[in-house]
Amino acid sequence: MFAYANPKRFLDVSGPIVPWLATASAVSLGVGLYLGFTAPPDYQQGDTVRIMFIHVPAAWTAMMAYALMALSAAIGLINRHPLADVAAKTAAPLGALFTALALITGSLWGKPMWGAWWVWDARLTSFLLLLFLYLGYIALWNAIEDETRAARATAILAIVGAVNLPIIEFSVEWWSTLHQGESILRKGGPLIASVFLWPLAAMALGYTLLFFTLWIVRIRTEILNRRLRALQMGAA
Amino acid sequence: MKEFLDMGGYAAFVWPAYGVSVAGIVVAIVIVWRSYAKAKARLAALETRRP
Amino acid sequence: MTSFVSLLSRDMRLAFRAGGGAMLALAFFASVAALVPLGIGPDLRLLARIAGGVLWIATVLAGLLSLDRLFQADYEDGSLDLIALSPMPLEAASFAKIAAHWLTTGLPLTLLSPVLALMYGMPARGFAPLIASLLIGTPAVSAIGAVGASLTLSIRRGGLILPLIVLPLLAPAVIFGAGAVIGALDNLPNGALPLLAAFSFAALLLSPFAAAAAVRLNIGS
Repeated sequence: MFAYANPKRFLDVSGPIVPWLATASAVSLGVGLYLGFTAPPDYQQGDTVRIMFIHVPAAWTAMMAYALMALSAAIGLINRHPLADVAAKTAAPLGALFTALALITGSLWGKPMWGAWWVWDARLTSFLLLLFLYLGYIALWNAIEDETRAARATAILAIVGAVNLPIIEFSVEWWSTLHQGESILRKGGPLIASVFLWPLAAMALGYTLLFFTLWIVRIRTEILNRRLRALQMGAA
Repeated sequence: MKEFLDMGGYAAFVWPAYGVSVAGIVVAIVIVWRSYAKAKARLAALETRRP
Repeated sequence: MTSFVSLLSRDMRLAFRAGGGAMLALAFFASVAALVPLGIGPDLRLLARIAGGVLWIATVLAGLLSLDRLFQADYEDGSLDLIALSPMPLEAASFAKIAAHWLTTGLPLTLLSPVLALMYGMPARGFAPLIASLLIGTPAVSAIGAVGASLTLSIRRGGLILPLIVLPLLAPAVIFGAGAVIGALDNLPNGALPLLAAFSFAALLLSPFAAAAAVRLNIGS
């Protein structure tokens, strides 16, 4: 029953929180969308600036998710806290989703700006590598049969990845400036005017709250599934 | 309205970007919610069977 | 110290035996380098420019090829358990294995690379940076590869996951390695080699710990 002590408390505490998080997220996103579409077109980017409102928040959330995932994994590895492994495992597919959304929206933003569907600029390339890091992490979870072993192995991978991630980003940035000069790149656009800042902030908040909502529900689901498996094994 | 849909000529980029984002998020919500509901239902069934 | 050396030389001997992977990696390296012009065309100006990058990619791929044997063979026949039980710390054993892998894969590739670069028509000023970058960077390939190999130890067909895990982590090595060559070709010195050296140093320092932890969790069941 000790195994259920912490997870049960998590279930009790998180249950009432989820509806609030979900509502707050929906409100934030709604406000963000409204402000985003009523903002005037940008002087240089025209209406494509509106893609920024869904590209940048996706990117921030993807990075935040990775940090949370790696942190949870580290806690799970060091403290053997049962929920930490679950937290790391459940965060990964969400992080991968936001990474993919950042890549796709970034590509759609880049095409009118830079003339190509894919540009090997620092940001997109870093995120492509981030996506691979996520996929590798998820693949490793799925490949190892023993749950505890999988948790520890993926935790090592997450930590190694986390240490390497700043290096990867730096090296890609370095590489990007090394190879610049072939075309006129506009990275991210001009300084953000306040009329764009508000929708961006609202959308970023909305995406973040959405991530936490989905993450918590996934953790709850995993806890229930573990309880289910335990009961089924007990009944056998 | 037409101006809104046209997005200054960039409609082919802006709307797919929003479309993919909305679709991705909606699919995620649906999958996450249904997994939760299924687990909850199965657990309730098991727990009512054994008192 | 002697147990370190004996593990190192044992691994090297095994690597050079048939099926050991050392010759295989070299052949694979040459094959990839030979294949690229077939896909891109014989334009020597283009090949000369991409030689550094191509050879770096081929190096990483060839390194990956021989990596899943690093721990796997010992895991399968029980030697890994013995190594773990021996008085030598597992971190030192991992480092010995990384060193053996580099000596039997990375180093030979580095020595072969000038020949291939010649076939790509790379200008003379690119050779020193190419060899230097491979010499400095291939230890990182072995080190980070070893972490991936130890993590995927107990997985059936873990060889398929290994590249997925390791390649993103090796991106900086490829970037800095090829960057060093490009810098020389363009006569624009960049900081690539020092950056690569720092990356390799950090990788060699940290990887034995990660690999040892992964080995421990895979054999401790």
